[in-house]
Amino acid sequence: MNNKDQALIFELSQPGRVGYSLPELDVPEADISSLLPDGYVREEEPELPEVSELDIIRHYTALSKRNHGVDSGFYPLGSCTMKYNPKINEDVARFDGFAHIHPLQQEETVQGAMELMYDLQEHLKEITGMDEVTLQPAAGAHGEWTGLMMIRAFHEANGDVNRTKVIVPDSAHGTNPASATVAGFETVTVKSGEDGLVDLEDLRRVADETTAALMLTNPNTLGLFEENILEIAEIIHGVGGKVYYDGANLNAVMSKARPGDMGFDVVHLNLHKTFTGPHGGGGPGSGPVGVKKDLIPYLPKPVLVKEKGVYHFEYDRPQSIGRVKPFYGNFGINVRAYTYIRSMGPDGLKAVTEYAVLNANYMMRRLAPYFDLPFDRHCKHEFVLSGKRQKKLGVRTLDIAKRLLDFGFHPPTIYFPLNVEECIMIEPTETESKETLDAFIDVMIQIAKEAETNPEIVQEAPHTTLIGRLDETAAARKPVLRYERDLQNA
Amino acid sequence: MKHRYLPMTETDKKEMLAAVGVQSIDELFADIPEKVRFQGLYDIKEAKAEPALKKELSAMAAKNMNAKQYASFLGAGVYDHYTPSIVDHVISRSEFYTAYTPYQPEISQGELQAIFEFQTMICELTGMDVANSSMYDGGTALAEAAMLSAGQTKRKKVLVSETVHPESRDVLCMYAKGQNIEVVVVPHKEGVTDISQLNELVDDDTAAVIVQYPNFFGAVESLAEVEKAAHGKKAMFVVSSNPLALGVLTPPGRFGADIVVGDAQPFGIPAQFGGPHCGYFAVTKKLMRKVPGRLVGQTHDDEGQRGFVLTLQAREQHIRRDKATSNICSNQALNALAASVAMTALGKKGVREIAVQNLQKTSFARETLKQNGLDIVFDGPVFNEFVVRLSKPVKEVNNKLLEKGIIGGYDLGLSYSGLDHCMLVAVTELRTKEEIELFAKELGDSHE
Ligand SMILES: Cc1ncc(COP(=O)(O)O)c(C=O)c1O
Repeated sequence: MNNKDQALIFELSQPGRVGYSLPELDVPEADISSLLPDGYVREEEPELPEVSELDIIRHYTALSKRNHGVDSGFYPLGSCTMKYNPKINEDVARFDGFAHIHPLQQEETVQGAMELMYDLQEHLKEITGMDEVTLQPAAGAHGEWTGLMMIRAFHEANGDVNRTKVIVPDSAHGTNPASATVAGFETVTVKSGEDGLVDLEDLRRVADETTAALMLTNPNTLGLFEENILEIAEIIHGVGGKVYYDGANLNAVMSKARPGDMGFDVVHLNLHKTFTGPHGGGGPGSGPVGVKKDLIPYLPKPVLVKEKGVYHFEYDRPQSIGRVKPFYGNFGINVRAYTYIRSMGPDGLKAVTEYAVLNANYMMRRLAPYFDLPFDRHCKHEFVLSGKRQKKLGVRTLDIAKRLLDFGFHPPTIYFPLNVEECIMIEPTETESKETLDAFIDVMIQIAKEAETNPEIVQEAPHTTLIGRLDETAAARKPVLRYERDLQNA
Repeated sequence: MKHRYLPMTETDKKEMLAAVGVQSIDELFADIPEKVRFQGLYDIKEAKAEPALKKELSAMAAKNMNAKQYASFLGAGVYDHYTPSIVDHVISRSEFYTAYTPYQPEISQGELQAIFEFQTMICELTGMDVANSSMYDGGTALAEAAMLSAGQTKRKKVLVSETVHPESRDVLCMYAKGQNIEVVVVPHKEGVTDISQLNELVDDDTAAVIVQYPNFFGAVESLAEVEKAAHGKKAMFVVSSNPLALGVLTPPGRFGADIVVGDAQPFGIPAQFGGPHCGYFAVTKKLMRKVPGRLVGQTHDDEGQRGFVLTLQAREQHIRRDKATSNICSNQALNALAASVAMTALGKKGVREIAVQNLQKTSFARETLKQNGLDIVFDGPVFNEFVVRLSKPVKEVNNKLLEKGIIGGYDLGLSYSGLDHCMLVAVTELRTKEEIELFAKELGDSHE
């Protein structure tokens, strides 16, 4: 093992070391065997590490240095909105009165938390143009499923039991079809046209009396606004279906167009994107869902209501789909999102969208001469390039992504959406300065030139990271998913 | 407008507009049809400067009674435990919390290795072969376990014990509805799953038998008997387990569990009004390729150096779309990190010690309440929790307790018929002898 390796915490373990400080047991001690049934007292100790507090801190500090976050550098990962995560949010979420309250405390003792939730819902209603909002879903995909279950309940309540299909564009995020399956629907794909937008002819062809809903991201995952949105909504409503808005891309339209005004019936938001919930290395998120009037009866319960200035969780909702998550959602993330919205206000949220879109268009125009631009029109908060030209030179999009690592940038999203060959999907966000955008653009141009003059340097990248390209095939062929001492030494 | 999160200057803006070839930002939104274009500004609260906003939100937080000011005897799935100070210091390192899913392994080794370690610790505690990188929470993890079971066995019915957390059962029913799976509740008898009823209900259509260990009432279920019932009919044996209890309880893996799920909240994750917590999902090797969510595996780079990657991704939504094993994408990675730090700090010895303290204190509290004349509802062995019957509504008693600086237990009448006036009392290592005695005295005084 060379020095680039960071030992696993288990490999640092030494019998006899401790990293904890528990209170002395201050009650009379009974014999454990008298407290538990025969055979239920654990015999083998779990192989958890035995390390000191400093060992632990050094270990995790070393790990953190092997990780790139937004605070480390530019992170233009398309569809993920890697904007700055404000520090006041972190402070507020850690207030004792928010962090250390129990979800089953009596309502009178948590009115402040309920007030925050209620006011956040009110703000999200205005931002989305919907009539009611639930904060219960834990993330975007969970919100999708929640929304689809409500649509299903709506159709069932109307005796409309043959609506078994959900239409999803080919550019949709993978969670859309996956959520449709979990909600018991069959997925039907609608094609994108040459212009990157939903092909209306194809939509008319697939929409019929078996359509439960259409799921749409707008702007779509190519960063393009679906201009025909009203017609799209009409087609789906015309056959009796509902129109679902995947709100992951709200950063592109805040104060410019609201899902509620575009004809959508249900929307989920990713508070861990537009509303600065930190991504946390993969979570936790929060995926509130907003609905139009006719779906309100189906909202998950409990529903938060305000009566005479007092907040209350209402459980008596006979048509509710039920509960999608224990308790009331990812409150800690909701606190952060609320703090952000209150920091920005109406002018701020408008400016957020304007700069997110300006930044993306600026980058797109400056990079267009060097890469293929599949859709040559104004984009919204993100845009896609194609690495087709570079591929002909033997340099794949994956190579370009890896080469970016040498310059300290997190690569864009690659090979998504699926309908663009050698896709490179760039989302700068509004919190980056022009200097940062320019630095990234310069490096992308350099890489495009290297592909022509010195392709090996791109193909063999990265050169400066602690670790080189990893063998993913080996990882999948013979999976090692946990530490086992004997295996490491073998 | 000038804002500290928005760095562009007027000069920047001018240069950028020129590079794009437009006169104004508005032109970039010209593709939004006039009819749906939002005019003006949102009708929401005006922006507040940092100091004023902090003050306002601090006042809002102060309206909530919290476990730092009150001695809490409330559990029911969310517990007030010792959290080493280092936990928050580690998860506050922004290389961790401002990163996304580690899709670029070369610059995400820190997160990947931390998850690999988390997976290992969950395997160790549960006695299972494989654990994933986290789920939203214990409730959705349990529901996903039921779905996995149905898919694996090609059967459409699951049995769930009445002693499983009521809110988890609600969530299970929601997921089951989506998949047209029938959920049958196995009643409890004296606070534990009624084994003879279970034996009657389990049949050749049963995909899974689901129990909780320790159960919602704090009682230790007889996993050996449940296993026999489940496997006797070739159904999956699913256990939802508080991982901290497994410091002293024989792990479900030892009893032949096929899937073990639960919530790692007791390890270093604050209650925060119910979320985010951290679901975990562990299985036998046989089910490895059916697991929902992300898995981290060990591999090596082109020079043979050890490294970690997301693996077996062919199960996941971004590859398999409508054929994926689950729709989960974002999970609870940062909380898995928090739990890892807490489990590491406790280590092999500490996890036993903390579990034993919980066991001892629960037993002491139960005895003390008994001595104060209270009616203990179920007799069997318990961990963390037990049920006591009061002579008044629980809410009334809890209101009185608040005056003494105590947050009382959960009102079981809210979710169980036949348990009116019954309180589910939680006792962790953080409750001192004095607090327990005061609590017992107050409950005793309320008793008529
Ligand atoms: C367009 C889109 N929809 C849905 C999702 C799923 O959101 P989550 O990861 O919160 O489940 C994402 C996130 O990656 C997304 O980009």
